[in-house]
Amino acid sequence: MLGVFASMLDGVLVGAVYGLAAIGLTLIWGVMDVINLTHGAMITMGMFGLYLAFTELGLNPYVALLPVAGLGFAAGVVIYWLSVHRVVGRPPLMSLLSTFSVNLMVIGIGTILWSTSPYNIDVSLPGFSLGEYTFTGNHLLAAAAAVLIAIALSLFLARTRSGKAIRAVASNRRAAELMGIPSSQVLARAFGLGIAIAAVAGGLIATLFPFTVLSGSDYQLKSFVVTVLGGLGNPTGALAGGILLGLIEGGVTPFIAVSWIPVIEFALFVLILIAFPNGLFARRTHR
Amino acid sequence: MSPKKPFFWLLVAVIAVFLLPVVTRDVGLRESLLLAAIYIILATNLNLMIGFTGYVNFGNIVFFGLGGYIGLYLVTAAGFPVALAATVAGLGVGAIALVFGLGILRLRGAYFALATIGIAEAVNAFVSNFGPWGGATGLYLSFEAYRPLGGPREALWTVYLLLVAVMGLSLFLGYAVKTSRFGLGLFAIREDEAAAAVLGVNTPLYKAAAYSLSGVLPAVAGALFFFKQGVIQPDQAFDLTLSTEAIVMLMLGGQGTVTGAALGAFLYEQFRGILLTSPVFSSFQLVIAGALLLVTVLFLPGGLMGWLYHRWPRLRRVLE
Repeated sequence: MLGVFASMLDGVLVGAVYGLAAIGLTLIWGVMDVINLTHGAMITMGMFGLYLAFTELGLNPYVALLPVAGLGFAAGVVIYWLSVHRVVGRPPLMSLLSTFSVNLMVIGIGTILWSTSPYNIDVSLPGFSLGEYTFTGNHLLAAAAAVLIAIALSLFLARTRSGKAIRAVASNRRAAELMGIPSSQVLARAFGLGIAIAAVAGGLIATLFPFTVLSGSDYQLKSFVVTVLGGLGNPTGALAGGILLGLIEGGVTPFIAVSWIPVIEFALFVLILIAFPNGLFARRTHR
Repeated sequence: MSPKKPFFWLLVAVIAVFLLPVVTRDVGLRESLLLAAIYIILATNLNLMIGFTGYVNFGNIVFFGLGGYIGLYLVTAAGFPVALAATVAGLGVGAIALVFGLGILRLRGAYFALATIGIAEAVNAFVSNFGPWGGATGLYLSFEAYRPLGGPREALWTVYLLLVAVMGLSLFLGYAVKTSRFGLGLFAIREDEAAAAVLGVNTPLYKAAAYSLSGVLPAVAGALFFFKQGVIQPDQAFDLTLSTEAIVMLMLGGQGTVTGAALGAFLYEQFRGILLTSPVFSSFQLVIAGALLLVTVLFLPGGLMGWLYHRWPRLRRVLE
C-alpha cells in the first residue's frame, strides 16, 4: 500500500512538470488560436540547452534554467515572425502545418548534431525517504519550480501591463488594436513566453530522466493529454491536468507493465477529447 | 465519369509508365517506382481528408501500418493468399476507421487533428504490446508464404503489379469522390462547416465516411508492402516520418486536386532519391522536408497545381 502511495506521490511531483510544459502549449493556444506543434522540439531544445550549459559551461543546472528561458523566449519570437505571423486567424490547417514544418527542421538539425542516442544530466540532490522509498531532491525541486513558475505566470497575466495586453489581444484582437495595443508584437511576446515555458519544462525534465532528441515529441503528446484534461487555453487547468496525469501514471505503474501506460494515456486522451471537448476543469463561461 | 475526360487518359498514361519495368525486367526501376506508387497511394488518400474536407489527419500512417499487420497476420496465421489478405485488411481497416471516425466526428478543426494524433499513438502503443502480433518484435514471414506466387522473386513482381493497381484505384477514387455529390458535401464542409450543416449536409457522417474511405486503400497497400518486406514491426509500420512526409507531398503538389497529390508524391520520391544518394544531404532529409512544407504553406497554399492553375486558368477545365 505504501508502495502505491509513494508511486502516486512521485507521479504528482513529475506531473507538476508535465503541467508546466502544457502551460506553454495552452498559453499560445488560448491567445492566438494556434496549436503550436513546435512545442515538442522546444522541449527538446530546453533539455539540450540545459545539458550544454551544465557540461560545457559548468553551470549549476538550476541556475542554467534562466539562460534557457531567455533563449527559449528569443527562439519563440523568431519562430513567431518566421512561421506563425502569416497564419494567425487563418484555418487551423495552416498554422498546424506551418508550426509542424518548423518542428521538422529543428528536430532534423538536432538529430544531425546529437544523433538520437540518450543523454542525461548527472545531478542529484538529497531528498527524503518514506520507508524504503526515496524521493530525490531533483523531483521535489522540479515540482516546486513548476508550481512557482505557474503562479508567476498567472500573476504576470493578471497584474502587469504587458500581461493585461496579452489577455486583451486574446479576448478581442481588433478591439485591443483600437485601444492602441500593437497586437502583432503582443502575440510575438506571448508566443515567446509559451516557448520559454516549454524550454524550462524541458530543462526540468532533463534533470529527472535521460532524454534523446526525440524525447520532446513524447512530452508534446503528454502536453496534449494534459491540455485536453485541463481545457485548451486554460493555464491553471493545465497545471491541475498535469498533476492528474502524473497521479494516474503513478497510480497504475505498480500494477501493469510500463509499456502499457501509453496505451492507457492515449485512450484516455481520445475519450476525454470526445466526452469533454472543453476539458475537465473548464469554466463554463464561453465556447 | 465519361471516359472522354482527359483525366482518364492521364490515368492510363501513368499506369503505362508504371508498367515499364515489367516489360524491361528492370529491378532497380521497379523498386523506385514501387516506393513512388506507395507515396502516391498515401498522398491521394490523405487528400480526401486534408484536400477535400479540410481536416488534418496527422496519423494517416496508422491505416498503412494496421493494414500491414492484419494482412501479414492473415497470411502467417490463417494461410490466406496475399491478395485476399490485403482485401480483408483494407475492408477491416475501413471498418475500424469508421468506428474511430464516428467516435471523433463531434470534434472540429484543431481538436480533430489532436484526436488523430492520439489515435495514432494509442494504436502504435497497443500494437507494441499486443501478443498475437508479436509485440515489439513484430511478425515474420517464412519463405513458404511466397511459394503460391512462384517463389520470392516472382512474388515481388506480383506484389508490384498489385500495388500499381491499388495506385490506379486510389487515383480513380480521388477523382470519383471529387466529381460526386459526396465530394461536393466534403468541399462544403471544408469551406464552412456550419453553413454546410445548415444546408443539409450530414457533416458528422460525411466526415466519418471520408475518414474511413481514406483508410481503405492505404491499408491494402500496407498489407502488400509488408508482405513484400516479409517482416513488420511497430516502428516501421507506424513510422511517423512517413506520415509527415505524406502531408509534405500533398501540400507540395497541391491539396484538393488528385493530380497535385500524385505529382507531389512522385516528385518527392524522386527528390528524396537524389538527397539520399548525396553524402552531404542524406542527413538533412527532415530539415529539407520541413523547409519545403513551410515555404509551401506560407507562400503557395495551393501547391504546385495551384500555381499552375493560376498561370494557366484553362488547365483547370481540362484536368479537374
